[in-house]
Amino acid sequence: MPEANPELQNEVASLVVSALNLEISPQEIQPDAPLYGEGLGLDSIDILEVALVVSRHFGFQLRADNADNVHIFSSLANLTRHIAANRTK
Amino acid sequence: MPFLPLIAHRHPDAVMAWRGGMPVSVRRFLGEVEYIAGQLPLGQNVLNLCGDRYRFTVALAACIVSGRVSLLPSTHTPEMVRQMQRIAPDVFCIVDKKDGGVDLTTFRYPESIPPLTANFVVPGIAGEQIVAQVFTSGSSGVPVPHVKRWGNLVRNARAGAARLGIGAGHAVLGTVPPQHMYGLEATVLMPLQSGAALHAGRPFYPADICTALEELPRPRVLVTTPYHLRVLLADQTLSPVADRLLSATAPLPQDLAREAEARFGVSLHEIYGCTETGQLASRHTAAGAEWQTLPDVRVRREGQIIWAEGGHLDKPIRLTDVIELTGNDTASDTFLLYGRHADQVNIAGKRTSLAYLNHQLHTIPGVQDGVFLLPREDSPERVGRLAALVVAPGFTPAALVRALRERIDPVFLPRPLLFVDALPRNATGKLPGQFTQDLQASLEARSSTGMAA
Repeated sequence: MPEANPELQNEVASLVVSALNLEISPQEIQPDAPLYGEGLGLDSIDILEVALVVSRHFGFQLRADNADNVHIFSSLANLTRHIAANRTK
Repeated sequence: MPFLPLIAHRHPDAVMAWRGGMPVSVRRFLGEVEYIAGQLPLGQNVLNLCGDRYRFTVALAACIVSGRVSLLPSTHTPEMVRQMQRIAPDVFCIVDKKDGGVDLTTFRYPESIPPLTANFVVPGIAGEQIVAQVFTSGSSGVPVPHVKRWGNLVRNARAGAARLGIGAGHAVLGTVPPQHMYGLEATVLMPLQSGAALHAGRPFYPADICTALEELPRPRVLVTTPYHLRVLLADQTLSPVADRLLSATAPLPQDLAREAEARFGVSLHEIYGCTETGQLASRHTAAGAEWQTLPDVRVRREGQIIWAEGGHLDKPIRLTDVIELTGNDTASDTFLLYGRHADQVNIAGKRTSLAYLNHQLHTIPGVQDGVFLLPREDSPERVGRLAALVVAPGFTPAALVRALRERIDPVFLPRPLLFVDALPRNATGKLPGQFTQDLQASLEARSSTGMAA
């Protein structure tokens, strides 16, 4: 698997923290820890918020029928890789 | 009460559901119901965990025709499953995914069902038959059951469908699960009892909602919540097409209702009800804030208490929301809704009570004291989260969250979770009102500045 682009990863972490008003700094999100459930502790409400900022900032829609949807939110690094592969802006 | 048909569809070739873009006929549906009913294990009580709405509906109907009772708790955490088992020791679950199980005897929905050539007979179900038990959060930490009889559910579903103009030829898509009262009524029972078709899916992302709508013939009905609607409308690149919009679980702000009507070009109606009562009233939100009860239902004020009665309700049921009767001072078919009572929690449409959450917190071994605090506001724009103060030496935040996750729905997990040495309880064990108010104010200040900045 390619390394996630560290600059983009920081940008995604900052977007997640600001969109969800999390009480941590973007650097505190462990790149390989789960975002959903245990780990960062996000729930489905948070995931929809993240989908919204992803659509706005990167110009593509997240879809549940992507076979790897669970994988996308399994870590910040994976979310970053998914964004890098699908962004239109 | 007389026998009432399982479904209102009149023809065996009528479309009962849409699944993966393909229609499912009434004949096929009834065949599957009969087949599944014959396969179910022993046990009168069932936890129907099917994620596919069509399979959920087949399983529900199979339970109904075989005299079983579907248990519908508010969440499926391990602790809630244990509580269901205590209430109904013979309970088993029905699942349709490989990993969807819980710690119970499990019936897996078969991947393929042999086509049945049975005659077309719509089963009749006795009106007094108990078909479901729904649960609300009791203040003592034990879920409180509410019995649902077939006759009451049918009467309510028909009244709702008539009010909203949903019937044969309509196709219904829901973003809410069928395991809760609103989803059960609006996306399963209303289609069953009005002759409409249901979409088997439960789309999550806005783009998925648009795709699922496209799979349905028109007229299409979108059954959703203020929260999902806000997220759907926020994405300007999407153009969802539906012919009717229905929202419930929390009041929809009027400007959001108007925005939805402008974007979709159709009218939006809201449903008001609760787990105990089912749907009670509706409103066309863009046109006015007042709610109109379903035919024969009325709300009655008795001192500070508001009762709902009549219509599909066998007996008056106390409402836990703050309601002002309009039209008549003591009993009315119109009212205004002002929100919830102090102890009631509604986060993104999920309901519980502070008493229930506090009880669950206190049952965690090692927690000496603790209290949940309400967010000052919860709106579609910004979902408010609960805060909690906990006295639990030796616990890490992660360990405590893990213990809570076993017990309560994730939307109620506290943010922030703060550890303290003690809570300033008075002689009667209560927390001073000033203390919680000050705390709430400081939590708000903290969340509006954002610690991450």
